[in-house]
Amino acid sequence: MLIELKNIHKTYDNGQPLHVLKGIDLEIEKGEFVSIMGASGSGKSTLLNILGILDNYDEGEYHLAGHLIKNLSERESATYRNQMIGFVFQSFNLIGFKTAVENVELPLFYQGMNRHRRRELAMGYLEKMGLTDWAGHYPNEMSGGQKQRVAIARALITHPEIILADEPTGALDSKTSVEVMELLTKLNREDGVTIIVVTHESGVANCADKIVHIKDGLIERVEDNSQHHSSMFGTTTIMK
Amino acid sequence: MHDLFIEIWESVRRNKVRTCLTGLAVAWGIFMLIVLLGAGNGLMNAFLSDSGEFASNTMMVGGGYTSKPYDGLKQGRRIALTDHDADLLKTGPLADRIDLVSSSVSRSGYTMTYGRRYFNNVTLNGTFPGDIEMNRVKMDAGRFINDKDISEKRKVIIITHLHAKNFLTGGTDYDKLLGQKVKVGNLSFTIIGVRHGMENEDDRDLYVPYTTIKSIFGLNDEVAGITFSFHGLTNEAESDAFENEVRTTLNTAHRAAPDDRRAVWIWNRFKQNLQMNKGRSILLTALWIIGLFTLVSGIVGVSNIMLITVKERTHEFGIRKALGARPGSILKLIVTESVLITAFFGYVGMLLGMIACQILDMTVGQSRMEMFGQSIKMLDNPTVGLGTAIGATVVLIVAGTIAGIFPAMQAAKVKPIEALRAE
Repeated sequence: MLIELKNIHKTYDNGQPLHVLKGIDLEIEKGEFVSIMGASGSGKSTLLNILGILDNYDEGEYHLAGHLIKNLSERESATYRNQMIGFVFQSFNLIGFKTAVENVELPLFYQGMNRHRRRELAMGYLEKMGLTDWAGHYPNEMSGGQKQRVAIARALITHPEIILADEPTGALDSKTSVEVMELLTKLNREDGVTIIVVTHESGVANCADKIVHIKDGLIERVEDNSQHHSSMFGTTTIMK
Repeated sequence: MHDLFIEIWESVRRNKVRTCLTGLAVAWGIFMLIVLLGAGNGLMNAFLSDSGEFASNTMMVGGGYTSKPYDGLKQGRRIALTDHDADLLKTGPLADRIDLVSSSVSRSGYTMTYGRRYFNNVTLNGTFPGDIEMNRVKMDAGRFINDKDISEKRKVIIITHLHAKNFLTGGTDYDKLLGQKVKVGNLSFTIIGVRHGMENEDDRDLYVPYTTIKSIFGLNDEVAGITFSFHGLTNEAESDAFENEVRTTLNTAHRAAPDDRRAVWIWNRFKQNLQMNKGRSILLTALWIIGLFTLVSGIVGVSNIMLITVKERTHEFGIRKALGARPGSILKLIVTESVLITAFFGYVGMLLGMIACQILDMTVGQSRMEMFGQSIKMLDNPTVGLGTAIGATVVLIVAGTIAGIFPAMQAAKVKPIEALRAE
């Protein structure tokens, strides 16, 4: 079992306590492609933050690849994030003053890898994304789809246990969205990368083999989507 | 390390104007510090240029008038020092601490002639070989008086380089004059040396052996003054105690009250030197403090800018942390940037400060002013040494670290989720 969540509770206390997660139990195997769906305020982003070790939780246990992720110091959580998790964000979150290849290299920089080796690996991943010619370009010189592919290359470069994608198509048009989702699907099918996508778009969720529906801080149901017929708009388009 | 510098360069490059303005404040602070210290040094050097001419472990004594009755003798009695006093210092109870003793006696109002050139109203100063060391006489040519001159009462003379220049009609090949004869009054002397007289005062005394002057003029054993050097003193209290012992010894020999400060005048160069050094270090400390306070405004500026930079880059630090940056690496990034900005602009300021010191040296440093009837330099070599430069470098690095540490801690505390949300 790659990911094991047991009775996870999370309460935000901004003046008034807000019980966001009310006992989440979830298991995800290595090589799965899972999407987490829910309305805004359902707690799906909080769940993603906990999965990504960006936030802590109050109660329960979270095991990632056999490690108990609880009460970690900043240093430890940084190391886990670096080695086990690749993030893909809605707004890409590339660093604007770094070129595409420098952005892709960044996680390796924090592993202390030397410059030449880093550059070599980063170029390899950019090639895989079909962006070799764009390696020296800055993010503001690229289209949304290209930026998201750079971000995916950056997420993949450390060979993480999981890729966490938070609304990966949120800022893209429908055509590019399809391309990005096809890319993620291909990574999952061919390279066996474990992918967790958080979305509220049914078309995006439909790419996954398993859809976790969250409502009011609880898992409403886990839908088996191996046939990919969950989207009411067909299997090949993403309705915007 | 290379990556760190690239990161910093990127950050600086994106905010050129802001970085330069901040840097200006630091550069100005260090500039002021260097110029202040340089000018302070110049001022001290100008004041000390006289005292530098003497060995500091010497005292001069001369006769005075008693200020109180003692041993049945009334006050106001003249005390004349004699050769006996010199012997007393050399062989008496203080002999173990006294090294060189040199008495002097002088005669003035003579005319010195060399060929057709002459000087009116010259002073002949009879002295001992020890004088060269104690009064730091600088020889431009030839030698000083030696023991043989004293024992054989040779009629030899040491003139100043100003006389020599005149005799040679402006030439500086003083060696030509050695062995030549000059007439002082109607007596003939052989020139054995040319000493370097001070430019700024009437330092034109001619030196001849003490014994020579005594026998030529048939003088009694009275001396004008006795100079002696000593060893073994380390602080002002010891110096005062030694001075009192000297006073007691000489006063007792002349039947004056042992504590009568006017019977025998004592000029304690050792104590004067200690006080001078103390004054110097107080002045330098004051200048450092003023300079550092000027620098503080620069540091506050850097700190402020780094805080703004950190605020602006919150999102970026959030990304970095999500990708696995440890708080320490972000701390290092900001502190290094702060130190580099401070050090770079600090060095520019230091360089400009040193240039300003050189300009001071070339302008004000060359001018003189009238003070106490003497013409003295306003500033003498108003520059700072290597020690100050190293000190300023340390100050810069410390200052840069201090300026960077609070913004850096702010940056290291950035929570990735909050930073990534702030889009």
